[in-house]
Amino acid sequence: MAAIAGFTPYLVMLLGVVFFFIAKGRAVSTVDGKLSALHSRPSFHGLLSLLWVFLVGLILYFVILIVGRAAIDASLLSEIAIVDPSLRDIEMDLALSDAKSIAEGNVASRTDELREAIADRFANLTNLHRLALFFVPLLAAAGVGLWQLFKVTPEWRARNRAETILRGILFTCAAIAILTTIGIVLSLIFETLLFFNNMDWRIDKFLFGTNWTPLAGVSDGKIDPERVGAVPLFVGTLLITLIAMLVAVPIGLFAAIYLSDFASPQFRAWAKPMLEILAGIPTVVYGFFAAVTMAPFIRDLGESFGLSVASESALAAGVVMGIMIIPFISSLSDDVINAVPQSLRDGSYGLGATRAETIRQVVLPAALPGIVSAVLLGISRAVGETMIVVMAAGQGANLTVNPLEAVTTVTVQIVMLITGDTEAATAAGPAFTLGFTLFCVTLGLNIFALRTVRKYRELYD
Amino acid sequence: MVDLTELSAKHTSAEAASRVRKRNASQVRLKLTGLFAIGLAGLALVALLWTVVGSAMGTVTEHYVTISVPVPAEDFNPEGGELDSVTVGRAAQAAVRDRMRTIFDFADTRAEQRELADIVSSGAAFELADTILENPELVGQDVEFSLVASDVADLYYKGFYGRLTDVPTSTSVRVEIAEDSDEASIFLQQNVFREVVDAVKIELQRRADRARDAAQLQDNGVRAFERRLETASNEEERAEFQTEITSRTTERDRLIGIAEDLENQVQTAGTSDTLDNRMPSVLLKAGGGWIKLTQIQQQTAQGTVIEPLETAEFQAGEWQMLVNTTPEVSRKVSDFQTVILEDLADMDTVTSQFNWRFLSAGDSREPELAGIWGAAVGSFWTMIVTFLLAFPIGSLAAMYLEEFAPKNAITDFVEVNINNLAAVPSIVFGLLGLAVILPLMNALGNDDFRSAPLIGGTVLALMTLPTIIIASRAAIRAVPPSIRDAALGVGASKLQTSFHHVLPLAMPGILTGTIIGMAQALGETAPLLMIGMVAFIVDIPQGVTDSASVIPVQIFRWSDLPERAFSSRTSAAICVLLIFLVIMNALAVFLRKRFERRW
Repeated sequence: MAAIAGFTPYLVMLLGVVFFFIAKGRAVSTVDGKLSALHSRPSFHGLLSLLWVFLVGLILYFVILIVGRAAIDASLLSEIAIVDPSLRDIEMDLALSDAKSIAEGNVASRTDELREAIADRFANLTNLHRLALFFVPLLAAAGVGLWQLFKVTPEWRARNRAETILRGILFTCAAIAILTTIGIVLSLIFETLLFFNNMDWRIDKFLFGTNWTPLAGVSDGKIDPERVGAVPLFVGTLLITLIAMLVAVPIGLFAAIYLSDFASPQFRAWAKPMLEILAGIPTVVYGFFAAVTMAPFIRDLGESFGLSVASESALAAGVVMGIMIIPFISSLSDDVINAVPQSLRDGSYGLGATRAETIRQVVLPAALPGIVSAVLLGISRAVGETMIVVMAAGQGANLTVNPLEAVTTVTVQIVMLITGDTEAATAAGPAFTLGFTLFCVTLGLNIFALRTVRKYRELYD
Repeated sequence: MVDLTELSAKHTSAEAASRVRKRNASQVRLKLTGLFAIGLAGLALVALLWTVVGSAMGTVTEHYVTISVPVPAEDFNPEGGELDSVTVGRAAQAAVRDRMRTIFDFADTRAEQRELADIVSSGAAFELADTILENPELVGQDVEFSLVASDVADLYYKGFYGRLTDVPTSTSVRVEIAEDSDEASIFLQQNVFREVVDAVKIELQRRADRARDAAQLQDNGVRAFERRLETASNEEERAEFQTEITSRTTERDRLIGIAEDLENQVQTAGTSDTLDNRMPSVLLKAGGGWIKLTQIQQQTAQGTVIEPLETAEFQAGEWQMLVNTTPEVSRKVSDFQTVILEDLADMDTVTSQFNWRFLSAGDSREPELAGIWGAAVGSFWTMIVTFLLAFPIGSLAAMYLEEFAPKNAITDFVEVNINNLAAVPSIVFGLLGLAVILPLMNALGNDDFRSAPLIGGTVLALMTLPTIIIASRAAIRAVPPSIRDAALGVGASKLQTSFHHVLPLAMPGILTGTIIGMAQALGETAPLLMIGMVAFIVDIPQGVTDSASVIPVQIFRWSDLPERAFSSRTSAAICVLLIFLVIMNALAVFLRKRFERRW
């Protein structure tokens, strides 16, 4: 009995297919095969039945699954509370999970009379739940299928109804993008507010403090505001981003200028794919490259000039991140440079300007807003980049702007907090707060950049 | 009236010519800068691929030691009847260990026996046990078995720890072994240590220089405190500075003493030098034994016997002097292990094979046993989940937005939303997965799905959704309106038009976008770290709800491990990942080239 509930979704789907053919056949038989007498084609009658069966069966299944489980837990907890009112919440939860273990034949932390009794109740309720999970969706789906079958008449507007349902499904798919955003914002905001509440709303300490040791200051769920100053993280992130942009912007921009205005088609034919390969390499590979090749190289280079370079220097991570962003800048700049109308160039040539002068004095000024937004998008990508800095940048919060020293970034701290050994509830606060900061900054940069691009495109369209 | 002659003179004068030259030169400069930029990008790509492929070469082959291992029935099957896997496993461990100890019976101290045990992998005995369990008739025989070499032995044979080079000699040598110790004295007809002495000189000089540098630092400190002493205001400070100066002066003088001592040794090098573990290893091989030299003079030397030999005189050609210039301290293979490994190679027991294990095994703590297959299967399941979610949802959403959505504020909002979602850092999607999707799925499935492909795939699907939607919308938009008009004209409904006519024509573009999005998801690491998909998982996952790792996470985990063999495996794993990405992108390009229609 235990296993059959899991088959319900598949059985519902099977039922849907069966009703599809029944309804289709019925539609044909109501008009004795004279299809032109039907308002909707037979397959639409079938489709409508199928959609109804699917929707009713599957939605009921998941609702019963979740609600039933919650209801069982709630009723058992209330029973425990009646038997032994002295128990605290956490002890009640423990008793319940022990009872479940006993019922499933696993080892419980303790067995006593209460737990045995609850285990029996749990087993009974679970059986009931499984039965409900099996029969209710299937019966309801079959009922709906039959109901739809009775509706099949030549005049029945099955097509319009089926299309309305399908349109709803399409809309749901499009809405998932919004749901994702809402999910991101809500989950981040919730933990962030909790975190700020635990530090008595000293948001200024978070934004402007310079001491970042968030886990050292936790006691009784309260957080010491003096220890969650994120400035070293922000400075580190900005430093690495700056280095990355110093590498990516000149290289990417000059590459784009060359490719769009000087390169022969043959040269373009292999230079563009090369840049695309650079764009397609996973960041974890760049991280490996930064840690294994670039960092020792920069350290040796620095030592040959008599400089002491940290083995996790900001320079190594920044340069490699710059390499990663080159194709991003170059392809976006290439797009905007190509979008500058040929007439502007022709006008400039007509006045006797050389190509270089045309580019410098006509094309680039015209493409400037687009290039600026490409740089902004590049910055937003650099700020949010994780693997390169996790593998090649430092871990200790070190407030410095010296590119030869190790600095840490916002993303590194998020990864360290979440994947560290600390209890999840404690680490989540600072991690999600940093995540929220990151989300806001990148979102702001993106909105601004996309708006500039759009405005600029409209200018020449 | 403009005088045309004058005007044209303006453009033909020498000044004009130099202006034109300057302008053209600036054009050439811009062009060269552009080429240089592209060259730099290309250089970066080449450097990256070169590093990865070069380092991955160390994983292409692996070494096996083939020796005959006795499989006595009284150990492997004491009860008779069916073989018991626990007994066989334990007996196999003992059999391999004992066999190695019999071959190399001179390993008598505990440290030496431990080093001996490090020659073959700890997994070799398990493989022997498996073979015996599969072929019970082997019990009672001597089994010729290929034991997989440990990571350090493998790296030694591949030359990662320096190679033993034979110093050519044409002289005879007399070796005297002390009666009751491991000491040996060597007497030569002529000095053969010149090259060794050179290397020793360099090392000594380097140490002397280092001591001088340290002394210089102390001296700087002394000067600094002397200056402060002059300007010190009160007695207390003065006393403090005085102590600093004294202690630093002592330290400086001590360091200078060491440096001078070392420099003297460099001067007198070649008369009598001590070889320690920071110097090249010099091994003497003669009469079936090995001696490690510890002290060399011009024609005599002292050493420690590693593998025993008799006191004897050896003619030129009967003995060898072997030098490994990589000092013992900077390699994982000791001189004792070197002797064992060289002996095994001399016995013709060592073979090198293509490393199928790397492509077919799951993860392991032992680098020589670790493989990428488990992670590859994990990636496969994750990608299946991602595809099943992202492809239908993405293409249907694109269909809705392009074909059905009314032009209003809500649609605009959805559009802006999708564009912004495409640029949200992937780590934020990981936080979403941790806070929402993981608990949701756990509640739905009533189980802990941490590190299951189901969760990872869902998070990656949400992450790639914007990419797929944007690409799909472009593909749908590219279908000309005439197709829609024709379909509507013959009486098709809006939905029929979209699904029967527009969607099939847009499908190549949608699939291309999906594949590109999936390639992006395949290389993604950060969100998976967030949802806890970083566990150490040995088993090959059998489905979307099993615990699994994926290739990029495997790369991340291995890159963090200290063993040298893992760094080469990291590169090999990167190569595997890059091959998959190349295949996916090639497929996307193929789809675009083959099916895309221009209207």
